[in-house]
Amino acid sequence: MYTELNSILNTSPESFTKGDFILLSDKQSDASFLIHHFLSFYLRAKCKVCFLAMVQSFSHYSTVSQRLGVSLAQAKEKGQLVFLEGLQESLSILIPQDEHTGSQAMNFLRDPKLGLQDLYEFVSSKVKRSCGGEAESEEWGPPVLLVDDLSVLLTLGVTVGAVLDFSHYCQATICSKLQGNMVMLVRCDQEEDEGDNESPACLLKGLTHQSSLTLDVQGLPTGYCRDIHGQVEVCWQRRQGDGQNTQNKLFQYKVHDKGASFFARGTSSAVL
Amino acid sequence: MAAPMERVIKQQTERSTFKTTSFQKKTRSKLLSIPGTRPSVQNGQLLVSSGVTSLDFLLGGGLAVGTVLLIEEDRYDSYSRVILKYFLAEGVVCRHRLFVAAAQENPDDILQELPAPILDDVAIPKPVEQPRLPCESQESLDSMKIAWRYQNLPKVQTALVSSSRFGHYYDVSKTMEPEIRQAAKSHCFYLPDHPQKTSNTHSQFLGPYSALLKSLQEVIRQEGFEVAASMSNSQNPNVLRIGLHSLGSALWGDDLCCSDSPEHRHSLVTFLYGLRALLRSSLAVAVITLPSHLIQDRALMGNITRLSDYSIALESFKGSERETNPLYRDYHGLLHVRQVPHLNCLASQLPDHKDLAFKLKRKQFSIEFHPVKSHVESTG
Repeated sequence: MYTELNSILNTSPESFTKGDFILLSDKQSDASFLIHHFLSFYLRAKCKVCFLAMVQSFSHYSTVSQRLGVSLAQAKEKGQLVFLEGLQESLSILIPQDEHTGSQAMNFLRDPKLGLQDLYEFVSSKVKRSCGGEAESEEWGPPVLLVDDLSVLLTLGVTVGAVLDFSHYCQATICSKLQGNMVMLVRCDQEEDEGDNESPACLLKGLTHQSSLTLDVQGLPTGYCRDIHGQVEVCWQRRQGDGQNTQNKLFQYKVHDKGASFFARGTSSAVL
Repeated sequence: MAAPMERVIKQQTERSTFKTTSFQKKTRSKLLSIPGTRPSVQNGQLLVSSGVTSLDFLLGGGLAVGTVLLIEEDRYDSYSRVILKYFLAEGVVCRHRLFVAAAQENPDDILQELPAPILDDVAIPKPVEQPRLPCESQESLDSMKIAWRYQNLPKVQTALVSSSRFGHYYDVSKTMEPEIRQAAKSHCFYLPDHPQKTSNTHSQFLGPYSALLKSLQEVIRQEGFEVAASMSNSQNPNVLRIGLHSLGSALWGDDLCCSDSPEHRHSLVTFLYGLRALLRSSLAVAVITLPSHLIQDRALMGNITRLSDYSIALESFKGSERETNPLYRDYHGLLHVRQVPHLNCLASQLPDHKDLAFKLKRKQFSIEFHPVKSHVESTG
């Protein structure tokens, strides 16, 4: 959890807006440090977190979260965190085994034309409160879905339409019905064809329309710099309850070992 | 006053009968000590040398175990092949296991051409020496009169079985001697030996790479390279070095390089995804060479790069007008570092300099910072 980012977004683990769909995007840079922020943020806020980790292993997130002060293994044990390790689950599908082990969530690898329905079923089953366990579901706050990242689904052959359907269903279930939050990461490339319907840029446009808050990470327009890793543009898509903070904000950031620091343009400590 | 002192002396003498020194280095149990590896300075990850010491320095000390290095080939696949051979030769010298896959030629041919290491302390294992040791130890038990503190320590072998250094140098003009090469066990995957089964519906998406992925998983499982298995194993853990030559080329049955809108658009990326899944849970490192200059689709190249961990591109001057350009006189080509991962940490360490040029010398593959001043070119 980065305290500067919390003050920029005007949130804290004690009070944050419910029913938000936060979209993280990057173009030729890496926005995954924001995923770690939101993961530790919502775990500290005592929410029930469902994390779909498609690109890295559990130990990676666990080690980084430990540096940010949150233990994923403990959260998993207590039942606060549901972790889907996409890499591990995919192996049983990619290399056909005799016995079928693992969840059905990664079934889109068998035939991407089927879409992400199984993945959605997995998410909704983990996120909805179980009928019998009313007592245990009271201790955790609203459910949160984190996805890292959606563009790898596109590279594995899923269509943009299917991913948009998936995010729409998830938003309807988690944000509208259960008043929880959603955070999704989409990674783009600089060069895309305008007419290409299956590019991540197309997906990004569709998701930006659905989202309530977008954080767009880009490299510096002047090139690579060691002290300033890039810039983040924060856009609120929906008007806040009291009508404040609807302006777009632009910040520069630097990622270091235990977190990230955000500062206004031109005020980096290396420059001043 | 005397009583506490007595107790202290007694404790000290008690302790000294068990160990010669009370200093014990704290080693976390999860750090495996495998010859030819070392922990990273930045985040404690286990690193292996890529065989090229200057490349190790660029990539943050070496290749992390469990990752993939993607080398975008130069036009004639000369220097990328050299780096692949350095990688495999390093594995032989460190006594790692090798897995080589190729479609163009027999992987055995690649293994015959490994460069010879330049080392004084790489010992060729002679089986004759082994039976002498038990009888030798009996004589030496009585001989420790002065250095009696070292009597209980195990006898150190004078002939090193495997080199303990990290990163070695190779002489490209000579090939590795067969005795040294045969000391390291290797698995070969030659694509024509594995005809594609059309009946397998599960792996239809991997296309031509399904047999390769399955073979890799079998080797990792059977030889015990999975991390969970290595931890509980009483035998010495080892690292598997995987070299995949020219993936994505037409010889693998993939039409990525042949057409603008390939039919097997997702096979290679799905294979890379499966490879990442395999490697993250095993003690293995993979180096893949890819003829990226044949792939027209830049977005696809971006996807491939993102699904590998380290990514470098080689651009050789051979056959281009830069070969005779006085600016590039000392170098054989340019090297671009496209991506360096940040595993288990938040920030990655990209090399400071973006303009890198390489030169293949007889005893060293050197990579240096070469500032290219474009205004000099235009005026000259």
